[in-house]
Amino acid sequence: MRVTCTVNGSPAAADDVWEGESLLFVLRERLSLPGSKNACEQGECGSCTVYLDGVVVCACLVAAGQAQGRDIRTVEGVGDCGTLGTVQQAFLDAGAVQCGFCTPGLIVAADDLLRRVPRPADAEIREALAGNLCRCTGYEKILDAVRLAASQRPGGVTDGGAG
Amino acid sequence: MEFFRPATWADALAIKAEQPGARAIAGGTDVMVEINFDRSRPEALLDLTGVPDLAEWSADGPVIRLGAGVPYTRVIGELGGRLPGLAMASRTVGSPQIRNRGTVGGNLGSASPAGDAHPPLLADDTVVEAASVRGTRDIPIRDFYTGVKRSALAPDELIAAVRVPVADGPQQFSKVGVRNAMVIAVSSFAIALHPERGQVGTGFGSAAPTPRPAAAAEEFLAAELADRGLWDSHGPLASSAVQRFGELVAEAAAPIDDVRGTAAYRRHSLAVMARRTLTWAWRSYREEQQRCA
Repeated sequence: MRVTCTVNGSPAAADDVWEGESLLFVLRERLSLPGSKNACEQGECGSCTVYLDGVVVCACLVAAGQAQGRDIRTVEGVGDCGTLGTVQQAFLDAGAVQCGFCTPGLIVAADDLLRRVPRPADAEIREALAGNLCRCTGYEKILDAVRLAASQRPGGVTDGGAG
Repeated sequence: MEFFRPATWADALAIKAEQPGARAIAGGTDVMVEINFDRSRPEALLDLTGVPDLAEWSADGPVIRLGAGVPYTRVIGELGGRLPGLAMASRTVGSPQIRNRGTVGGNLGSASPAGDAHPPLLADDTVVEAASVRGTRDIPIRDFYTGVKRSALAPDELIAAVRVPVADGPQQFSKVGVRNAMVIAVSSFAIALHPERGQVGTGFGSAAPTPRPAAAAEEFLAAELADRGLWDSHGPLASSAVQRFGELVAEAAAPIDDVRGTAAYRRHSLAVMARRTLTWAWRSYREEQQRCA
């Protein structure tokens, strides 16, 4: 079947999509957007987190056909016109990246959090990132990165928790 | 495999009647895992996310009619005050990404004994609205679960909604797992106090082939509260009564040993959760009275 949707602001179409295929497969293998990572395929790890109509979801659990006509934003669309977004830059500055496999999902989940809660408390950061697994960093630098991004957003402040 | 995406409920029911093997999919948090891991190959997927009615809830007097496609995130954000037990259980589902997609209707459709929504639905006398081209029928929640991942739904039926009474007393939910997020319950328990009719509702998960109420525990506690006049006096519960309630809940279980825990641990944890949630709920009931006095 053919699936058409909007991806990162532009119309996209994929042909010969198998009906049981996931949105993640469509993004990576048919639309050449490999930023969203394929790891657990069961919604446990969050590496494939994308926005679907403005809501963060695991792309591996969205059937391709369910994306028909909908608006998708991937990690490739989180930055600003070819430059890194605030959250992406903060992950670099805080050294919140090791092997990098979980990073795209964490960037999207953190971006979503800061859109909803501009100045999150640590408990809110932990809750928002609870569906994203990192097996390298121990999460401390990831938390630092989210605090840093929050402080750098317009109206953001440093709550002194950046350790 | 075929893929159907009806835009109306009538079309969805017509497709299900014609092709009962079509697997209903809403948030996909169960169905897509099965397909990704090749555990099932349904002949067709029936995507219900294009049917707007399913994503709505409404208040009908003292009852909330919750469309089968309302995601947990909205149950938490919009219904926490009226359906506190269900909202508490919803907060323990998966992760933000999963709660944005997963639905109470999907939990019922999968009918896993570990589904987080089941215990509070059992404790609160929920009715499941099952629909087909033949019409709509009400299935009381206590008749809904028929076996491991099996339910009373007929092959041509889809879940339209659940009708859950607005809380008429304190409700609590507790769940045991190895961490806070992304946990399938090792065991879970819900309690709802119904002071106006002098009844107690319970439900537990992951400790029997189906989610179950603990009927003997409910009867024991309701009798204890009535016989000692505690509903009216708002007096303290005897610790022996709390203890007995926990024992009766554990006795209602029929758990197995599996990768998540042993049968003995499940029984033990149910007794602990039953005692704790009853203690919390009864404390709320007493505080309510003090505030009104």
